[in-house]
This record gives sequence, structure tokens and C-alpha cells, in this order.
Amino acid sequence: MSEVDKNQVIVPIGPQHPSLDEPGCFTITLEGEKVVNAIIGVGYNHRGLEKACESRNYFQNLYIIERVCGICSHTHSTAFCRAVEELTGVTVPARAEYIRVVVAELERLHSHLLWLGTACHEIGYDTMFMYTWRNREKVLDILAAVGGNRVNYGVNTFGGVRRDLDEAIVSAILKTVDTLEDEINHYLEIATTETTLMSRLVGVGRLSHEDAIKFGAVGPVARAAGIMDDIRVIEPYGAYKEIPVKAITDTRADVYGRTVVRILEMLESLSIIRYCLKNLPAGVIAVKVPRRVPAGEVLIRVEAPRGECIHYVRSNGTEMPDRVRVRAPSEANWHGMKHMLEGGYLADVPITIAAIDPCYSCTDRAVAVHSEMDSKVMDWRELREYGNEWYKKHGVDVSALVL
Amino acid sequence: MIEFLEILFKILIFPGLLFMLVYSFLLEYLDRKVYALMQNRSGPRWYQPLADFFKLLGKKVIIPADADEKMFRIMPVISIAAVASAFLYIPVFGMRSVYSFSGDLIVVLYFLAIPPLTLFLAGWYSRDVYATLGATRVLTQMFVYEVPLFISLLAPTILAGTWSITGMADFYADHPLFALINIPAMFTALIAFQCKLERAPFDSPEAETEVVSGPLVEYGGRLLAFFKIATNCELVLVVSLFAAIFLPFMSGNVWVDFLLYFIKTLAALFLMILMRATMARLEISHIVSFCWKFLSPIALAQVLINILIRGVL
Repeated sequence: MSEVDKNQVIVPIGPQHPSLDEPGCFTITLEGEKVVNAIIGVGYNHRGLEKACESRNYFQNLYIIERVCGICSHTHSTAFCRAVEELTGVTVPARAEYIRVVVAELERLHSHLLWLGTACHEIGYDTMFMYTWRNREKVLDILAAVGGNRVNYGVNTFGGVRRDLDEAIVSAILKTVDTLEDEINHYLEIATTETTLMSRLVGVGRLSHEDAIKFGAVGPVARAAGIMDDIRVIEPYGAYKEIPVKAITDTRADVYGRTVVRILEMLESLSIIRYCLKNLPAGVIAVKVPRRVPAGEVLIRVEAPRGECIHYVRSNGTEMPDRVRVRAPSEANWHGMKHMLEGGYLADVPITIAAIDPCYSCTDRAVAVHSEMDSKVMDWRELREYGNEWYKKHGVDVSALVL
Repeated sequence: MIEFLEILFKILIFPGLLFMLVYSFLLEYLDRKVYALMQNRSGPRWYQPLADFFKLLGKKVIIPADADEKMFRIMPVISIAAVASAFLYIPVFGMRSVYSFSGDLIVVLYFLAIPPLTLFLAGWYSRDVYATLGATRVLTQMFVYEVPLFISLLAPTILAGTWSITGMADFYADHPLFALINIPAMFTALIAFQCKLERAPFDSPEAETEVVSGPLVEYGGRLLAFFKIATNCELVLVVSLFAAIFLPFMSGNVWVDFLLYFIKTLAALFLMILMRATMARLEISHIVSFCWKFLSPIALAQVLINILIRGVL
């Protein structure tokens, strides 16, 4: 424990902490139980996926991009596929677009159910946690039936989808949707009536309408503050151009608002899935896309369960992209976090962090910080030498290791 | 000599230490099992609490370099000792308590105040930031639930006109209908007990997602096992005390009373599990205002009612 002021205590939440499911470090300065300062430290999980994409061809990249996020894998692959389809000028068959939407909405369901469970766990409401995760299993079973896998379904491919929906799967999905509708309505009722739950959520982690704009919040965080930024509504893509999507916003601007927005979005997802399966067009599910992508650049926006997901792809006419940039929604939401945490209580810190549904490893990028005091740019060899020196100073010699 | 052996048997085996331990494992099992069933899970097997305990016993004890070793080691033992001592004054298994004198309720309440204090000291001497935060919460919580707990446990004694638990049981055995008057105090006491045992929704001191596991964060191995035993025994103590004071219905037959004891304590446990399963964890500030604004006034009103009824009698 380090004392800052006489009355202040610094509490590290992370990198290892039961409330975080991925490493991140939140250095919280407390005065009593009140948070006076919060430092957000992310960057423990940098995987270099963007760089990896630049040295592989587009088809290999599709599988890397799908693994950007463990929860919204379909969103990322949809965004990347749409980028490549835009560059090559391919039109995706209508049936494929509908199947993409069905999988995307199932993914949103499983992501939001997962979120609801973890959020309830953060505030010590484990019963709800167990129930929502049991429902999430039903969605995962369906996704496994559609794509053959629980999280990385591999449904998308350039020019369409790889898996068709047959009669059996369609009726299985509809059956699951019916059961889920009852359950989710029940959760909505609990969330809006259970006193202890509401006492932990109402007024916590406020990010007002102005602040949400200032910090560039996206997804349910922005929608809870009354900003309609759902890409499916404001800039429909793919099959969303034909499917009616209800805009869901809330004015509470706190964690409670975000909870209500997410639960209502789940209900909306159910009706979108029903609509898609009812109006599923006939025809092929994929068209051929050339191996070489014409030179050009494209920016694609797709609505992930956590908010707006942006993919930027620049092609130089070869088999490999020149640059791939992935802006996951969590990356936009971190900026307001400090503002949300400060002035709150320690007990609210886990739920406030959880309320943006953070995805740490999707967020982490290598950023060169140019500070005037002590910074320099190193190449690989220099970095290795620096590392060896540093370890030698601490009594370990790792120079013999061959990398 | 025989008398001495008999007392020793009563203290150590039945209804004393050994039976308390066995029953505490049973209650922990039921607690976990019923909680799991309420959450749509299958829950542990019957021997799981015992297995957990023995596994913990075999683990290495690690004491932080900054911690006060003596205090760190002694706290779990004091906790168990306090609970075991208090147990002697409470009627259990449908029998009379091992010891009884006028005023033993006060002694039991004092003994019951010791486990939270040891928890506080354990956290404080761990010299860890989470443990210190948890310890502060333990103490904050203790100051707010002790008042409604004491008042609601003393209300029935006013009606009975005695401070002795056994004496009170005798009074209510003669006038069973009077026990119905104490129903509001019964609920405040149950909630205060839940608060005392730091079970959800009052588990703020050991909130896993906030302060990791609060005062016990640095504990492991044998010492943690002792703390767990103390907590479980406290649960036995609390439900027994609850049954003795608020559900004082006796039949006179030893075997029926024995069975009644189980029914009463398990009913109390069931209510506590229900509370734990259906509510989210309250913030410490909410606990403070809840205890002062709701529990204490209700308990005080009960005292007033009981004084008035006593005056009429």
C-alpha cells in the first residue's frame, strides 16, 4: 500500500483481479471509499494482429481477423469481408446477407447475455449470472449448429457465407428464439423491479449526453445517454437495408440505462432473427472473389454488440493488404472511463468498468508515444539488446536464448 | 470424577465441539447445495465441505513478509474459541444448554462479537491493501448491525422477564403464543444475523469483485481452514440461537425435540439462503443506511410493544 496523501490510498485493480476477465490495470486512488483519481492502464494483451495481416494474403487474414475478438468474431469478419467485397466490387447474394444478419444477431444475443451475467456477478448477484449464462449456452448451441464452432463460427467468406441454413436449423433457431424471449422478458422485469439490483446500478458510472459526445463513446454506452449511433439504423448495411431495426435509446446515462438498453436490444435481436428467417431469400450463398484485390482503400462501419466497429483496409493491388486497421468498439469507450470512475465509490468500480463491456485484447494497439523527456524509437535488434541488458542488471542472462 | 468426565463429554463431544463441527459441515453442504439448486446448478456432493477442509489443511501456509506473524496465526484460533465457547450456552439438538445462568444471552452476544473483530484484526495485520479495505468494511458493518441485532434479541427477553436463554425457552414453552408477538423482531434478527455472517446481500467486506476476498485475502492453508470452520460454526450458532429465541416450540419428548431442532434450524437456514440467492450485494453505505433506517426502528418498536405487553400482564 502506498500512501499519497494522509487520507488517500492507492488500490491497484489488476492486472490480476477477480473482477477483470482480461488483464488491465486500473490504479484507483481512494479517499475512504470514494474514488478521487483513476488511471486506466490497458496494453497487456497486444498481439500485433494488424501487422500480422500485412504479411499474409486476404484469405489467411480472414481467419486472423475472425480472432480479433473472442465474443464478436462474426462482426470483425463481416467488416473485413465487406471491405474486400467493396474493393473488388463484388455483390453478395441476398441469401448470404440474410444469413450474415442471423449470425450477427445471434452473436449479439450471446454477447449481451454474457454481459448481463458478468455485470450481475460484479455486483454480487450470482443467481442472475448463472441463469443468463445458461441461456447463453442455448445461443451457443445454435451458433455451433450453424457454424460448427461455439465462438469462431467461420461463417463468413469473401463474396458470401460458407454455411447455409437448412430447414432443420431454421426451426431449431425459431424454437430457441421463443424460449429466449420469455427468459429475456423475465430479466427485463427483474432489472426494472429488483431493489438491490437497481440500488447498485442507478446513478452509477454516469456519462452524460455531452460527455458521451466529448469522449466519443459508442454502442450501448452512447445509446444509454440518448445518442442514436446504431450503424444498423443510421447507416444500414447489407440486409439491414431491408430489415426493420428499432432504434433503442435511453436517457438515464448510467449503468442502469446501459443495462436496459442491452436487454431491449436482445429483444430487438430476437425479432430481427424472426424476420430474417421468415423472409430468407432463395439462391446461392456465395460468389467467387478474385485472389488479387485492386488497389484502393476503404473504411467500413459495422455494428458490433459493443458498438461501432471500424475496419480500414488499404490495398496495393497484390495478394496482401498494405494496411489493415481495426478500431474495436471498446477502444472508443475507454476514453470516458476515467470520467465515469472518478467521484464514484470503490464498490462501483467493477460494475462501471464492466458496463462498457470492455474487451481488452481487441483494444490493445502498439502506440508510439513521443515524449520530450525520455523517449526513443528502437528497432528490433536494439530492443533485444536493451532487453538483455535489463535482465542482466536484474541477475538473469537471457542473451543465449535464440529467438 | 464421573461428573468431571460427563462435563468433558458434554463440552467436547455431545452437544459440544464435535457435534457442532459435524453439524456445521452439514449446514455448509446444505447451504451450498440449496443455493446451487436455486441457481439452476447441480451443486456439490455431500462430502465436498469436508474434502475442501482437508485439502486446505494440507496446503502450505504463506505469511506475508509485512504481516504481524503472531497476530496472523492467532486470529483464526481465537475466532473458533469464541464460537465454541458461545455454543455451550445455547440449547441445541432439542436439549438444554450445557451451561446456563441468568444473563447468558449477553455473554453469547459478546462471544458472537468476537469473530468479526478477529476478522478485522486478521485483515489489519495482513498489511495488504485489499485486506485493510475489507477489514475497515468489517468494522463499519459490525457497528451498524450490532445495534438492531442486540435490540431484536433483547425484545423477547423483556417479554419473558429473564436474560437467560434457557429461562426464556422455559417461559415460551409455557406461553407458546407469546412467541408470535416477536415476529417482527424475528425478521430483523434474521437479517442482522445475515449481516453478521457476511452473506449476500451483506457480503461487502469480502466482496470478491471489489476487494478480492477482503480481510482473508492473504490467508491460505491451515489458517484459512480454521477461519472457514469458525464461520461455519458461527452459522450453526446463529441458527441455533435463532431457533431457541424465536421458535421456542417444544414438545417435551426428547426425540421429537431433537427432530424439531433440525426443522427449526433448517428453516432459518433456508430463509438465509433465499436472501443470499435473490439479492445483489449492497454497497457498504447502503448497508449502513438500511440498518439505521429500517432494522433499528423496527427492532425498537418491538421492544416498546413488548414493554407494553409486559406491563399489561
